[in-house]
Amino acid sequence: MAPSAYVWLLIGTAYFFIPLLATFLFSLKSNQTGKCCTLASYTWVIHNGQFWHTLKISFLLSLETIAISLLIFVPTVYWVHLKMPRLRPVIAFFALIPFVVPPIVLVVGLLKFFKGSPDWFYAQPWGFLAAAYVILAFPYMFFSLDAGFRAIDVHTLTEASQSLGASWPVTLVKVILPNIRAAALAGSFLALAIVMGEFTIANLAAFHTFPLFLQYVNETQAYPAAALTLMSFGITWAAMASLLVFGRRRGGRGTAIVGAR
Amino acid sequence: MSYLQLIDLHRDFGTTKALDGIEISLGQGEFLSLLGPSGCGKTTALRLVAGFDRPDKGSIIVDGKDVTRVSPSKRDMGMVFQAYSLFPNMTAEQNVEFGLKIRGRKRADRQKRVEELMELVGLGHAGKRYPHQLSGGMQQRVALARALAIEPRVLLLDEPLSALDAKVRVQLREEIRRIQLELGITTLYVTHDQEEALAVSDHVAVMWSGRIEQMATPAVMYNSPATPFVAEFIGTMNRLEATVVDGTSGEVDHRGARMTVPAAQGLTRGERVLVLVRPETLEVAPVDGGSSANGGLVGDIVAHTFLGATTRLKMLGEDVELIADIPTARVEALPIGTRVVAHVPLEGVRLLSLADADAAPASAASDPGDQ
Repeated sequence: MAPSAYVWLLIGTAYFFIPLLATFLFSLKSNQTGKCCTLASYTWVIHNGQFWHTLKISFLLSLETIAISLLIFVPTVYWVHLKMPRLRPVIAFFALIPFVVPPIVLVVGLLKFFKGSPDWFYAQPWGFLAAAYVILAFPYMFFSLDAGFRAIDVHTLTEASQSLGASWPVTLVKVILPNIRAAALAGSFLALAIVMGEFTIANLAAFHTFPLFLQYVNETQAYPAAALTLMSFGITWAAMASLLVFGRRRGGRGTAIVGAR
Repeated sequence: MSYLQLIDLHRDFGTTKALDGIEISLGQGEFLSLLGPSGCGKTTALRLVAGFDRPDKGSIIVDGKDVTRVSPSKRDMGMVFQAYSLFPNMTAEQNVEFGLKIRGRKRADRQKRVEELMELVGLGHAGKRYPHQLSGGMQQRVALARALAIEPRVLLLDEPLSALDAKVRVQLREEIRRIQLELGITTLYVTHDQEEALAVSDHVAVMWSGRIEQMATPAVMYNSPATPFVAEFIGTMNRLEATVVDGTSGEVDHRGARMTVPAAQGLTRGERVLVLVRPETLEVAPVDGGSSANGGLVGDIVAHTFLGATTRLKMLGEDVELIADIPTARVEALPIGTRVVAHVPLEGVRLLSLADADAAPASAASDPGDQ
């Protein structure tokens, strides 16, 4: 590596880590005296019941969003690649809509659309909020999966599997899914990150999720807010790492994407 | 009795007729190659047999049962694809085992069968490797073992060697034939390589424009092509347009040069015919008097192509263009620029009506291998 590359690497590292370091130093200050150094803010967060409650809601919501998204989009993208490749640009266009439509517009529309639906759906984060998050995760999940399917020879693998006697579901689960695992994991990471940090929809729909708790602490207590920010950062990364470990556990090659050589 | 029958198969893609009523009948344990240029419909035919596509008309019979509408997963057809098709997430052994697992075979049976097949394709040592750790030739061997594992009723091979280098291709095609004979499995093989088809098949069907031009044994196909297209596609052929001069003796006229062709006996005087002569059958010698008398065609040697044991000469005359293969040892006596006379042999010449020949491209000689 050329010496200039080290300089740029150093600048890049500093750009990302200085704010984290500053936040960490800030979080060590005492809430009473404003002086360094105490872990009181971290203790406060850990002993706060709302922290664990909202964290649990957001984490379960993210898992639900990932599960629903994978269930919907893996077979859809597979079928589009296999049987209807002309539909791909159309779906890609629809996938861009959540980027174009602001969350505040989206949530107003969704609230109106679902008004009158049963309480188990409309009044519960597992219903309404999960549905909204699946829409938000759509572009990330679609483009990740699309890239994964493009990296394998879907037609040949499917036909090889079928000629050996496998049905469509067996082909999808045993042959296709293991070979797009990397893409599915990438989409899942993004979906997890979005749900763990989504504020607008949860706030307007009056659900108490982790980002709302974070915002509340931020408005009321400066030092614990910094501790909470760092902890949420660490929790999100830990969740991603656990997904990665879980996703790689099965199969000899882990996230293998190998095309014909 | 026919084991595999394709009856009047039609398949259109928009306005393109991919298959235009092909008929194939193959006995159990026989090896048929579908041979033809790109776009002739051979892969379409194979895909219909595999069940990956449905014919617009016609039927596919296997062992007396109509399987035209049966899904590919229920046809019991083993298939080896042109593209490397091993499942990347599975080892070679797991790939071979896949079809057996689907069929619910017991673990001990599966392991035994996998071992047998890996040995059969000469990869007993590589069972634990993943596809990306295998060469192209090894991957196709595993694909063959995987297709054979399910004991298919018909083995389908879709240009399985086309991505391999020449040496591996020859080696593997011989192994495919050995295994096919050993197991006695009915095999349908698609290729555009005529040498490959002639080398391994019991029968060859040459296809063109969605139709079967001729189906015969490799020897018959080579020595007695039924149409000008087949004559051109199988090996290299000199094409000489001629007119029958004497139907009794079989004498024909090619732009002033008279030749006696036994196959022309019985034809009417003035009938236009196409004389097809293999390059290796032409007898080439330096001209003494510079005439084309005695049934010889006169021209100058304009090019040599070294082919190993033989050398290909290109001859150009006033109205004639010929290709002749001679033993390489004789080339020194026939350098470029030599005026030579080529004698067409009495036997081994194929004669076709020129009306049929009009359907094919009109070049003096063709060699698919050059394309």
